[in-house]
Amino acid sequence: MIEIKGLHKYFGELHVLKGIDLNVAKGEVLSVIGSSGSGKSTLLYCINGLESIQQGEVIVDGVSVHEKSTDINKLRQNLGMVFQQWNSFPHLTSLENVALAPRIVKGKSKSEALAIAEKQLRHVGLGDKLTNYPSALSGGQQQRLAIARALAMEPEYMLFDEATSALDPELVGEVLETMRMLAEEGMTMICVTHEMGFARDVSDRVAYFHQGIMEEIGPPEQIFGDAHSEHTRKFLANVR
Amino acid sequence: MSDSVAFFSEFRATDLLFLGEAAGRTLLISAVSISAGTVLGIVFGWAISASRFWGVMTIGTILDVFRSVPLIIQLVLFYNFFPIIGLNLDPFASGAVVLSIYTAALVAQVARGGIEAVGQPMRRAARSLGMSYWQDLRYVVWPIGLRAVFPAWVGVALSVVKDSALVSVLGYVELLRASQILITRTQEPFIILAAAGAFYFAISYPLSKYSQKLEERWAS
Amino acid sequence: MDYNFHWRPVFKKLPDLLEAGLLTLEVAMLSMIIGIVIGLLLAISRMSGPKPLRIFATTWVELARNTPVLFQLFFFGFGLGAFGLHLSPYLIVLVGLSFNNAGYLAENFRGGFQAVPDTQLRAARSLGMTATQTYIRIIIPQVLRIVYHPMTNQMVWAVLMSSLGMLVGFRELSGETQFFASQTYRIFEYFAMTALIYYVIVKIVLGVSKLAARRLFRY
Repeated sequence: MIEIKGLHKYFGELHVLKGIDLNVAKGEVLSVIGSSGSGKSTLLYCINGLESIQQGEVIVDGVSVHEKSTDINKLRQNLGMVFQQWNSFPHLTSLENVALAPRIVKGKSKSEALAIAEKQLRHVGLGDKLTNYPSALSGGQQQRLAIARALAMEPEYMLFDEATSALDPELVGEVLETMRMLAEEGMTMICVTHEMGFARDVSDRVAYFHQGIMEEIGPPEQIFGDAHSEHTRKFLANVR
Repeated sequence: MSDSVAFFSEFRATDLLFLGEAAGRTLLISAVSISAGTVLGIVFGWAISASRFWGVMTIGTILDVFRSVPLIIQLVLFYNFFPIIGLNLDPFASGAVVLSIYTAALVAQVARGGIEAVGQPMRRAARSLGMSYWQDLRYVVWPIGLRAVFPAWVGVALSVVKDSALVSVLGYVELLRASQILITRTQEPFIILAAAGAFYFAISYPLSKYSQKLEERWAS
Repeated sequence: MDYNFHWRPVFKKLPDLLEAGLLTLEVAMLSMIIGIVIGLLLAISRMSGPKPLRIFATTWVELARNTPVLFQLFFFGFGLGAFGLHLSPYLIVLVGLSFNNAGYLAENFRGGFQAVPDTQLRAARSLGMTATQTYIRIIIPQVLRIVYHPMTNQMVWAVLMSSLGMLVGFRELSGETQFFASQTYRIFEYFAMTALIYYVIVKIVLGVSKLAARRLFRY
């Protein structure tokens, strides 16, 4: 379980997250929506410790993320992350991209790591691109590669940071399809997204962020059908 | 013990003058070579970009040789070649000629880059306005290209100032050669070398920082 | 023109010259390897080291770039003599060129590091890699590709600069040439041959670099 308690985050003077309280249970799919600058991406970075926090606490399976004594690298193995810019490693083939972390972080043997990598690449539908370099892949394929790379660490949680925002429209579908597949397999997911269709159809709960505050959270039917907050309604009216 | 028998002697005030004059010679030969080399280099660069195939095959190949052979070898080679063809040049003249050609080889590359930075669409636009070839060069290519490669040219010029130290091999007493002479006499290598180094640094550092600033400002 | 060219003595000494050419390549290559390692450390120090280290690295880089190579060789040659330290001619050239290479390469590396997007670092860290693993596995391989061309140029420079060994008593290609030339007074012929050898060495360096690039960077 991911527990977020009274989380405050500043970038210098800028108050980006203003006291967030949120729990995400095992197996849950949470979509986080909101306009850019609302702090939703920052929330993800705070969860896996890529950003420091100034107040509050983030606890993953009972381990406090921002505690000095926490082995952050160990913790991150359990928190897969997929970025907006897909960030495939350009100097490695698909197979090497995925096999690298299992090998050097988890200490698996080379053949073991390659086997895992191949399995995950087939899983996301890249079985025929094993030896290709990222430069030969489309944006959608690179993003699926990034998903496979995160999955290869066998994480219990997946964090998606606007995984489809940088893609050409015709490539969005294949990535969403992969994410939907993961959700159906029971993966615990937090998805920061602009894809309202995905948020409505796939997630168990939807959270709306507005200016560093979690304005509203609830089941998709309620958020999309009967939002309590004026801000939420306005936002949803605009994105449609 | 009289002064004349003492082979080693203390650093004297006149030695400062000696170093100063030598520094002046460093600046002189640099200035001459940079000026001549820049003019030549721009012409070569233009010729190469104007007639791609033949330009690269002829001038390009020759200039490439000057960039692929150590300057010190070029200096000795030409210093000994000039008398063969009946030219008796003193170290300064020989050094200046070789250094100028060497500079031209470097500047030609920079100039070519500048001309190519302007791009065909822009030049076609200029010609479509009815400008002549030379007007296009003068009013479009020159100002735009200059801006694109001025920092690179400063880099070349500064490297020539530093490389001018090699003319000492011909017996031209520029700054480093003068330092060496003084070191042999005074046995004070550290102080004298530090002074010589500081002179080069004082010229090169501010100018390279300045051109870096220009580059950053022009890039944005 | 009443000068008679005599090429025979030069051809007789050609094997010696070629051997000296190997020495030139050796010292240039060693100075590159040392320069790359130190240059990387300098670049990293300048970007993220503590202040004293940053000042040290900056001083090194600026001195290497803003003074003549010959000055640098003289400094390691007899400047250090002031502290009772006397290097052999071979070491003077090796240390001097390494110093120079490190300074120039550090600047190239700095540019290379800045050209690798921050997001690569984030992606690697999000997989649980340590900072060191990220640098070695992800960042540096990409930097090396970006700086490969400037690095090749620096290697060419190292070959050319090593000719200054002639002025500090090192018998690499230029030093050897000067030695033979002074024995026979066939200065022009010897230096013409040596110029040709340098040209060939430079072309070989460039060719090998191009071939290696094709194998190294398949992406």
